[in-house]
Amino acid sequence: MDQTSLILAIESSCDETSVAVIKNGDIILSNIIATQINSHQRFGGVVPEVASRHHIEQITICIEQALKQAEVRKEDLDAVAVTYGPGLVGALLVGVSAAKAFAFANELPLIPVNHMIGHIYAARFVKPIVFPALALLVSGGHTELVYMPTENEFKIIGETRDDAAGEAYDKVGRVMGLKYPAGKAIDELAHQGEDIFKFPRAMEHEDNFDFSFSGLKSAFINTVHHADQINEELSKKDLAASFQQSVVDVITAKTVRACEQLEIKQLILAGGVAANRGLRDTLDKELGEKFNHLDFVKAPLDLCGDNGAMIGAAGEMLMRHQVFADMTLNADPSLEFDWEPEAIK
Amino acid sequence: MKILAMDTSNVTLSVAVLDSEQLLAMQTTNIKRNHSKQLMPIISQTLAEAGMALNEIDRIVVAKGPGSYTGLRIAVTTAKTLALTLNAELVGVSSLEMLVPNAPQNGLVVPFFDARNGNVFAGIYEKNGEQVVNVLADQHISFEKLLAKINELGRPVYFVSSQFEQFQTMVENTLVVVAEHSGKLNSLPNAHALGILGLQKTELENVYTFVPAYLRVTEAERNWKEKHPNDENKESYVRQIN
Ligand SMILES: [Zn+2]
Repeated sequence: MDQTSLILAIESSCDETSVAVIKNGDIILSNIIATQINSHQRFGGVVPEVASRHHIEQITICIEQALKQAEVRKEDLDAVAVTYGPGLVGALLVGVSAAKAFAFANELPLIPVNHMIGHIYAARFVKPIVFPALALLVSGGHTELVYMPTENEFKIIGETRDDAAGEAYDKVGRVMGLKYPAGKAIDELAHQGEDIFKFPRAMEHEDNFDFSFSGLKSAFINTVHHADQINEELSKKDLAASFQQSVVDVITAKTVRACEQLEIKQLILAGGVAANRGLRDTLDKELGEKFNHLDFVKAPLDLCGDNGAMIGAAGEMLMRHQVFADMTLNADPSLEFDWEPEAIK
Repeated sequence: MKILAMDTSNVTLSVAVLDSEQLLAMQTTNIKRNHSKQLMPIISQTLAEAGMALNEIDRIVVAKGPGSYTGLRIAVTTAKTLALTLNAELVGVSSLEMLVPNAPQNGLVVPFFDARNGNVFAGIYEKNGEQVVNVLADQHISFEKLLAKINELGRPVYFVSSQFEQFQTMVENTLVVVAEHSGKLNSLPNAHALGILGLQKTELENVYTFVPAYLRVTEAERNWKEKHPNDENKESYVRQIN
């Protein structure tokens, strides 16, 4: 059967307005992304009300361009997929309102997409997801291990107890005087420095799959402040390398532990911080050494950040599982997968 | 001309379908409920009651603000997207102006919404039958200053606001002109009036660039502008990377 499907996918959960047209779940016909980074750089972080206002400026432009670039008429579409959570409520509402209006006007089914499923499904653009699988989701708001026994089943088996990894990167970046968002700059500095500070690796050896980054953050800030007080100049490269090594070591240790205990065929790395070179390289090396039959799939670099394409990829899967919403769909800013650490036993 | 008019700028949600000035169907709720959940279903029901298909609509009229930021986002995004995909005309009408037809008489009309801390969103309008002309632009203003401006005009005014009672003492103590007010009966917005005002407008909105009339910059932007008075490269705040 070569039934084709065309999905218009809308994403507006944080500071990117993005609309994509996705064919058969894994072919990108268009993926328009309007980023607000330049705006939020003024404030050193995302200001929700400003983000919502930018989304309204962009939403119809992105829809129109996505259709035009894909050379798809709205009559050709099979469904509209939209991120309805988690994220900033005002930002989500713009995408949800637009998706509902578009779906209603064109008599198309509406698919509600959990943003985190979207991140995982960015991996589909590399190769099909094979189950059972495990996803390591690392972003500004999340650091979690998600077990997927079968398609459309998501169980959190471990997550951060305090800050998300991306959050720690941004805070440390601020202390180092780097521009928001600092992740990429720290990653680059880290590659030029060495781990001489040996910051703590919280919970690295605990028998669970949880993470913690607030201790690392405090240790980092204390080190910098102490040096300031005694007028000592610390190497930014070594600071970045030491911070990053601690983050990567903890994430890698927990992920390897989960891979050892679960019967999985695939490990997926996704989320904004999945673009981090240090993390990608270390996981490649460690997993390659320890597991022969585990397929390690990294979300494509240009699809690690928020985008409509990943929402379309997840939307196609949800459509096959008959997951549809009606016109009362609302934004759900704190949408979460079920927390099931026992799923593993 | 077939018109779909919608307002979610405050607690009231009102949707109407008009054939020119003639109202075919209208639904109005005034419950603190979720406009995001309610708006599309009510649009759908109102169209059904009017016996009209969405693609018959020639013009979409939306109350563009001022009002609750969340409410404005919902109606303006919905209206923009409908207009884009239906290829319909898009007209934005001030959420304050849409209250002016509520006044039972001609003359100066002052619609306002409470904006906390003694401030209001308000405008002054001249009503003459179905014609409404703006006298003082919609703005975020202290109620005290608004009263001073009304005193300057030196003519009787009619206030339209569901929050009038909160300000009644100030009006009585400060105003030197004759003032009447809408009371409960005439204080709420209705999409029929919105549709008629939208029908009269000759200026159409651009579906791509149309945004709500918030009438207030965000606090973060206000602080930033104070520190960076010369930096105004707004164009590059958002850029397409794909
Ligand atoms: Zn994200």
